[in-house]
Amino acid sequence: MISLHVNGKKKKVEVAPDTPLLWALRDNLGITSVKYTCGIAECGVCTVLIDDKAVRSCSISVDEAKKGRIITIEGLPEDHPVKIAWIEKQVPQCGYCQPGIMLQTVDFLKRQPNPTAEQVDDALDNVLCRCGSHPRIKKAVQMAADLSRK
Amino acid sequence: MKTDMTRRDFLKKSSLVVAATALHGEIILFNASPAQAVTSSAFKPHAFVEIGADDTVTVWLGQTNLGQGTHTGISMIVAEELDADWEKVQAKMALAAEPFNHPHANMQFTGGSTSIRDRWDIIRKAGAAARQMLIEAAAKKWGIAAGTCKTNNGKVVHPGGRSLSYGKLVQEAQKLPVPENPPLKDAKDYRIIGSNRDRLDIPDKVQGRTKYGIDVTVPDMCIAVVARAPRFGAAPESYDTDAAMAVKGVLQVVPLEDRIGVCADTTYAALQGRKKLNIKWTPGSHPAFDDATLDKLFAENLEKLGAVAEKTGDANKALAEAAVTVEGAYKLHYVSHAQLEPVNCTAHVEKDRCRLWMPTQGQTWAQQAAAAITGLPSEKIEVETPPAGGGFGLRGMTDSVKDAVSLSRAMGRPVKVMWTREDDFANDYFRPGTVSKIQGGLDKEGKVVAWSQKVAAPSIMTRLMPSRVKNGIDNSAIQGISDMVYTLPNRSVEYVMMDLPVTVGFWRSVGYSIITFTVETFMDDLAHAAKQDPVQFRLDHMEKGSRPYRTLSLLAEKADWGGKVPAGRSRGIAVGTCFGSSAAHMAEVSVDRKSGKVKVHKVACAIDCGPAVYPDAITAQMEGAVVMALSVAFNEKIRFAKGGVKTANFDEYPLLTMSDVPEVEVYISESVHEIGGVGEPGIPTVAPAVANAVFNATGVKLRELPFKRELLIKA
Repeated sequence: MISLHVNGKKKKVEVAPDTPLLWALRDNLGITSVKYTCGIAECGVCTVLIDDKAVRSCSISVDEAKKGRIITIEGLPEDHPVKIAWIEKQVPQCGYCQPGIMLQTVDFLKRQPNPTAEQVDDALDNVLCRCGSHPRIKKAVQMAADLSRK
Repeated sequence: MKTDMTRRDFLKKSSLVVAATALHGEIILFNASPAQAVTSSAFKPHAFVEIGADDTVTVWLGQTNLGQGTHTGISMIVAEELDADWEKVQAKMALAAEPFNHPHANMQFTGGSTSIRDRWDIIRKAGAAARQMLIEAAAKKWGIAAGTCKTNNGKVVHPGGRSLSYGKLVQEAQKLPVPENPPLKDAKDYRIIGSNRDRLDIPDKVQGRTKYGIDVTVPDMCIAVVARAPRFGAAPESYDTDAAMAVKGVLQVVPLEDRIGVCADTTYAALQGRKKLNIKWTPGSHPAFDDATLDKLFAENLEKLGAVAEKTGDANKALAEAAVTVEGAYKLHYVSHAQLEPVNCTAHVEKDRCRLWMPTQGQTWAQQAAAAITGLPSEKIEVETPPAGGGFGLRGMTDSVKDAVSLSRAMGRPVKVMWTREDDFANDYFRPGTVSKIQGGLDKEGKVVAWSQKVAAPSIMTRLMPSRVKNGIDNSAIQGISDMVYTLPNRSVEYVMMDLPVTVGFWRSVGYSIITFTVETFMDDLAHAAKQDPVQFRLDHMEKGSRPYRTLSLLAEKADWGGKVPAGRSRGIAVGTCFGSSAAHMAEVSVDRKSGKVKVHKVACAIDCGPAVYPDAITAQMEGAVVMALSVAFNEKIRFAKGGVKTANFDEYPLLTMSDVPEVEVYISESVHEIGGVGEPGIPTVAPAVANAVFNATGVKLRELPFKRELLIKA
């Protein structure tokens, strides 16, 4: 039994210690907002925050992750600036990649609260979205930055 | 998990239900409200619109939510004709059922950009019929003529100014027959259609509440992965069941014809178990097949005599007599759908029914696949369609249905089959690789007098819809030539059908996504040879006032074609029509001749899709299409080796990412044309617009997709 700290709560999972966090969250804890896409840390779709840093949950074991505070998209307040901006800019199409991209954005904006367009491109250049919501993501990140500074 | 969502739900409460039946092929609307249901039990009604006593308007949908916005768009159309209060409208996906079939094709699917354009009439009629019934109910209550009453935002209004909300009228309205020809609104009176509402599914997607197919859980379910052959036509020769079973959580190893299922408590256990199978596969049907094999086959087939798809006038004679002739040769590689949610299906085979939970684009095909395995009739296959994490044409395929149904039958319990990304790449139904060549002729005035094109490509329809192949012609391989936007004399089109082991399928805009690249780069070559402006040259070869003519004109005006171009940049343009709509793109690029890197700074798009139901969704589709098409143009190529697909994951198939996504401008035409599709038409003209811009910048003709960067390096 391994104890994880997820969205402010202690959760016990009965899995082998080398189990990727992704599968423990999805199959054992039913937190399905964390999505599987590539399994090799190429796409960013499974991203969670661990101690406020964006981490690809397919590539970290439960054993490593148990030390940190894990936040998934449900763990952000419903009126979090990133969520407000994503709705306001009508970002998602299929929406499958968005929780991961939003969490990576939360991490980024914490480090860079006033980003240039180029910095946004750089910070999100390692995430995939097949629907092509990129133009709206760019706008939403700037809006979230503006909201966060207020 | 809800069961029979269409009937049980609405029969519970007092409501007005305008439902539909398709007993004789034709969709007929009728009243399936609780008060009527008792007498119409012979029907199998499936609700289209349901108005509750609490004023809630529920629009039931048979179109899969792929993120394209049609759930909101269709709801907007219903709400418009119903004159509903938009705040009270919700959209719900119905169980698969005949009334949700495509109105002309006898099957339920989401594809061909048809969701709205082919249901425009029936959706409006359903809303208008409900409104008429509510008006009549109110008029009866007030003892006045229905013609004197009006509606306003979810209420029927008395001539004296009083009003009753729709919810208060459903008791009366549910006893009335559905009018056959309710009056439809005049377009000038629209207040919802053409406006930008917030998409109904976005809040749940942002909050992480949306349950996609991959997220489905049903009681007593186990999770399975399937080991599939790494090579075409291979089958398992030997494997280690015991090693797989020794993995904690693995429940059973189930051999299926040419593949092996591993069922487990969790996905991770199933994956570990699959690894331990240590399968030795047979050599397969084409053990040496690789990229070089394909290159050779494509080159050879392009020299063969093809089937004649079109012969208008005499292209050979016209070419011989032309003042100038131009030639072009094209090569497009295989492309993956690469939708981010991997293929999956959950199935539960019961004694007298089989239930499927699947993000499918083809409910009828899924039913047929499950029926073939279980022996149950199709109507006993219940299909629930959760939202899909992208589809782009792939999700009509049924391999995962076959996996899940076979495994559920073997296990005697519900099974969720998960494909990994590696499974997805290895077993995709790719956009077909294609080669083509074109010869064109101009007369002394620079008018096109001949167009002769040959295409060599594998056929999608031969395996997926064989009845669509006639006289050796699969139209999906050549669409965009004979029906190009130009009216040209003397045309010949030839098609060489190639038989290859690679599975191919429908990929967003299908043949148009391939052929338009050849046609629209060649039109630029012709314009260049004629020493004419590419926009004017195109317009001169089109019917004046036609949809593409107006679309290209709109783009040229909005994007300031012919105006000042920023220093160091060049522009290119392309136009096309498909799926009932016209789109045109202008790309603005610069090229670094040292590295060969093309920077796309801006893409402007004009679209004419007839009545623009939901402009922001149209804009989103056009933006997304630009990104996807640029990704294909610059990055995407499936590789083959050792008798199978070599490309395994996104590290070998890099999609376009943020820093390469240009500024995108979208202009929606104030159309005079009939309603057209939106999901697909934004793709085909992006790549040729970029290639044409690169030619204008460098003089280099990029005629292969993905583009070869090395061609642009100047020492």
